[in-house]
Amino acid sequence: MPQTISIRIDGELVSALQGQTILEAAKQAGKYIPTLCYFEGLSAVGACRLCIVEVAGTDKLLPACTTPVQDGMSVTTTSPKLTQYRRIALELLFVERNHVCAVCVSNGHCELQNLATSLGITNMRHWYNYPNLPVDLSHKRFVLDHNRCILCTRCVRVCAEVEGAHVWEITERGISSRLTSGLNQPWGQVTDCTNCGKCVQVCPTGALAEKGWAVEEMVKQNDNISGLAHRKGGQ
Amino acid sequence: MRKVKLATVWLDGCSGCHMSLLDMDAAIISLAGKVDLVYGPLVDAQEFPDGVDVTLVEGAVSSMEDLHKIQEIRLRTNVLVSLGDCAVTSNVPSMRNPIPVNKLLQRVYVEGADEGKVIPTEGVPPLMKHARPVHEFVKVDVWVPGCPPSAKAILSVVTDLLAGRKPEANPNPKFG
Ligand code: SF4
Ligand code: SF4
Ligand code: SF4
Ligand code: FES
Repeated sequence: MPQTISIRIDGELVSALQGQTILEAAKQAGKYIPTLCYFEGLSAVGACRLCIVEVAGTDKLLPACTTPVQDGMSVTTTSPKLTQYRRIALELLFVERNHVCAVCVSNGHCELQNLATSLGITNMRHWYNYPNLPVDLSHKRFVLDHNRCILCTRCVRVCAEVEGAHVWEITERGISSRLTSGLNQPWGQVTDCTNCGKCVQVCPTGALAEKGWAVEEMVKQNDNISGLAHRKGGQ
Repeated sequence: MRKVKLATVWLDGCSGCHMSLLDMDAAIISLAGKVDLVYGPLVDAQEFPDGVDVTLVEGAVSSMEDLHKIQEIRLRTNVLVSLGDCAVTSNVPSMRNPIPVNKLLQRVYVEGADEGKVIPTEGVPPLMKHARPVHEFVKVDVWVPGCPPSAKAILSVVTDLLAGRKPEANPNPKFG
């Protein structure tokens, strides 16, 4: 049985279990920390930096989803500084690829878009990149639109950790990073894909979607996936 | 009381933001009493006048004409508002950006045309390499995202500006 420890979140004393992350402890205490790459039940990778928090004793902003709690830790989840850095993280995601919300299947149901709204973003302070990116229509039921992919790797993890099919991987480095399927094949040619659709449902954006939906129509159904992941022995 | 000089301008957009502006029901009547609409697609004025208090800009900067217009407007406007996603993010007009301009024109006016099959050069402004948001070229004071922004959002911003207040940061800005 893991040891129970005490930490402070926004000044309030809460108990947590040794080995838990700050995010898990916060959720348990009913505190909200914004997240984007995190998905309950999948391994945490700390990719998006939306969940950064301040921890007393260090100037570094730490990702709540991958930082373990320590006895006596004092965590701040909301401050002007955190809002500023969370906005920067989001703005960089928006300018990196081509997010045209007005014509997106996920418009109105997108975690990226919702976070921008909740952080009060009205414009991007950086120049847009406008890369030329493909759309993979080869799968009979699903679409991958690289223009909307934020490389959060939720799809990679759910396919490997829950479905056990290991279809997705990130290839290349830095700004050239791309999601890729199979042995760098079109998705429709990857025989390992079971067509389960888990990747589509956990994708926070309109990057992965079911075919046949028009603008605003793709609503992700992923409530049951965390439960499934827990039963598989995930985190 | 001096009426506020208001202008609107339509760059690379679909006019939806102007439609939304007109969609504010009875509020537009009391608004009309407070402003002098001095320029824009809704009025018949050839020249953008000097000393405009507030200009609402719809659309992205996409051609050399857009660029010259917005630079001129900035010089003659006190408060410049990027109205709608095309002005704020370049939105739908930006979907051409990954395609080189010459290929784009070739595809539309030559390969895609049933007759004529020439790329027009006379009487049309040259396209820029990219359609881009207004604030990448000139200083913008207020952003109102949305495709289109709701009449309510526009009214609230315009009301604040007319009263000489800095518009309250929109609590729920939404792209798309
Ligand atoms: S994925 Fe989200 S942020 Fe990107 S275009 Fe679609 S709705 Fe907008
Ligand atoms: S549909 Fe299922 S098996 Fe196929 S890539 Fe997505 S998660 Fe993996
Ligand atoms: S396709 Fe979706 S889930 Fe996969 S990395 Fe891109 S944004 Fe994340
Ligand atoms: S949710 Fe923690 S880094 Fe993405």
